[in-house]
Amino acid sequence: MKKDIILAGVGGQGILTIATVLGAAALNRGWNLKQAEVHGMSQRGGDVQSHLRLSDQIIWSDLIPYGKADMILAVEPMEALRYLPYLAPEGWIISNKTPFKNIPDYPDEEELYAEIRKIPNNVLIDADSIAKSVKSPRSMNIVMLGAAIKYLEFTPEELKEAIKMIFNRKGERIVEENLRALDAGINA
Amino acid sequence: MEKMMLLGDEAVAQGALDAGISGFYGYPGTPSTEIIEYAQQSKQAEEMKVHRNWSSNEKTALEAALGMSFSGKRAMVTMKHVGLNVAADPFMNSACTGAHGGLIVAVADDPSMHSSQNEQDSRFYGKFAMIPVLEPSNQQECYDMAFFGFELSEKYHIPVLLRLTTRLAHSRSGVIRRNSIPQKELKLPEDLYQFLLLPAIARRRYKHLIDLQSDFLKEAEESPFNELTLDATDYSVGIITTGLAYNYLRENFIDQPIPYPVLKISHYPLPEKAIHQLYDKCDSLLVLEEGMPFAEDILKGLSWTGTKPIHGRLDGTLERDGELNPNKVARALGLPDTEGKPVPSVVRPRPPALCVGCPHSDSFLALNEALKDYGKGHVFSDIGCYTLGFMPPYNAINSCVDMGASITMAKGAADAGLYPSIGVIGDSTFFHSGLTGLMDCVYENANVVIVILDNSTTAMTGGQEYTGYGKIEDVCKGIGVNPDHIRVFKPLKPNWDEMVKVYKEEIAYNGVSVVIPRRECIQTLRKKNKMETPE
Repeated sequence: MKKDIILAGVGGQGILTIATVLGAAALNRGWNLKQAEVHGMSQRGGDVQSHLRLSDQIIWSDLIPYGKADMILAVEPMEALRYLPYLAPEGWIISNKTPFKNIPDYPDEEELYAEIRKIPNNVLIDADSIAKSVKSPRSMNIVMLGAAIKYLEFTPEELKEAIKMIFNRKGERIVEENLRALDAGINA
Repeated sequence: MEKMMLLGDEAVAQGALDAGISGFYGYPGTPSTEIIEYAQQSKQAEEMKVHRNWSSNEKTALEAALGMSFSGKRAMVTMKHVGLNVAADPFMNSACTGAHGGLIVAVADDPSMHSSQNEQDSRFYGKFAMIPVLEPSNQQECYDMAFFGFELSEKYHIPVLLRLTTRLAHSRSGVIRRNSIPQKELKLPEDLYQFLLLPAIARRRYKHLIDLQSDFLKEAEESPFNELTLDATDYSVGIITTGLAYNYLRENFIDQPIPYPVLKISHYPLPEKAIHQLYDKCDSLLVLEEGMPFAEDILKGLSWTGTKPIHGRLDGTLERDGELNPNKVARALGLPDTEGKPVPSVVRPRPPALCVGCPHSDSFLALNEALKDYGKGHVFSDIGCYTLGFMPPYNAINSCVDMGASITMAKGAADAGLYPSIGVIGDSTFFHSGLTGLMDCVYENANVVIVILDNSTTAMTGGQEYTGYGKIEDVCKGIGVNPDHIRVFKPLKPNWDEMVKVYKEEIAYNGVSVVIPRRECIQTLRKKNKMETPE
């Protein structure tokens, strides 16, 4: 069993936190993990992506081959589409609807949604609003993770365990915020 | 033993700590920065009292590491590939002095130039200096090679080059730790003149280095990191991989054995015997390398090759530039390529940009205003976040070459008669390599305006400290800049008129001006205020 996931967003949107939580859940299963990250210049408001590979077998490449990703999990709709060449034909695209507009020629959102909906397996949710509605405004990324996990065949319990592990040192309030965000994403 | 999830960079640092290192030295540079950052955050390093502060630049770092090696302790110096150009003088000479305590020069190359101005391959430097080179293929090897590298260094009293590339430096995976070993005691070299490269001694040392070459080759031939698998079903091609290219090969044969014989190389000089065996067995060779065609070029020049084709980046089997990936390797092997749907045309590029609220933004807009009557083409810039001043809406700079070049290029252009001639450099970059250039300007009273953008940090690499913090005005005065023409302002919209006025006055002044827009980096300020990053 393997899960190859492209995490996509804009520098500073918290995709590495998604990778850390999901990675912890995979490690708790005794799985292997490789996670290629973007550091340096691109982090300054540019497009960023992380290749997260989880498997119960040896993982060789740090990069997911084109056309082989099981999922694109994006915290921003235009960034969801940037990595389509990586998505397997039967793969899922799970994206936040809220655009991050830091360029002058940002396209019409409806055009982006239409392109995302062209992928047979798509989930498009307004994770920013959902996060705010459960009083976890900073946990949009964890809402997205919640929306993704059933397609990755991870259970809510596995992810909750991972969230507790990862956020424990930041205090009870942060743990609770993220658990609420996860549940809201699962139910979205 | 304990398993840790580590970036390649972090695995190098953890390996060095467990191998009893006494000092890390370096200057931040993507993709190498996380080696020292990891050591700075490590409790173990604190308990061991390991040196891990940043140096002024890669040259001072390498020299300090050499001094620690002289004293019998294990040291590592870290930098990005172009940093090795800065440190090339001590690096080349350290091959002749040799090491005493284990010395590893860890250099992270950036193929595809994710965050760099070129994609030079540090293995050429290793060959140039005639020292052993280690190139890990995965995070575990990053860790293990710290141990191995120090042992090799101490066995032959020679610095060892550890070459990383972006994809490994910045990818995380499980690393199994070993028992840590104690740090070395302070101990002088047996030969107190080993490090004294007067011609008479240098000639002897160089001969000694030449004599060591056969030992280095033997080590590589027997290295646990080089592996020849001759057993195969198809001898039409023999595959040579270097570094993490091995992973991309294996990725293409997940569900089946590789039909071809394979030589995995992670320890140089190139293991010639193994290559010869492979060559003899096969009809052709395919060389898969992350970086420049280093091994491929050498192979083509060996006396016993030439009768069979050698494929790789030089003959177009693989693209000449850019980092490898599983698909490029698949195509080189003639395997079916895979690709998802194309990127829809609605997707726009989203290049990196100065942060909202960045002090450089105000500094550039005011500079543009002050220069608007002179037209474009007057601003030489440098390496850092402010290189993004190239992007719209600023379009404020005309050069980015190497650390410190803004000041010296501005001087050369002024010498040629360009007016105004402006150099724009960051505070950390100024102390890395800008100071000496400014002395050139002062020496000849060049008609330049040097803008030192002071955001009080090394920002592009994530906000590291630097050695000259808080000393810009004093240093400029000390080297002879007229104090009346050292001007400081706070780059903020409400100060617009003052900013433009200061720039204009200093452009009008015939001589060396230093303008210092000073406001803290918005990212480090956020960290300090424990605010979350935006959105």
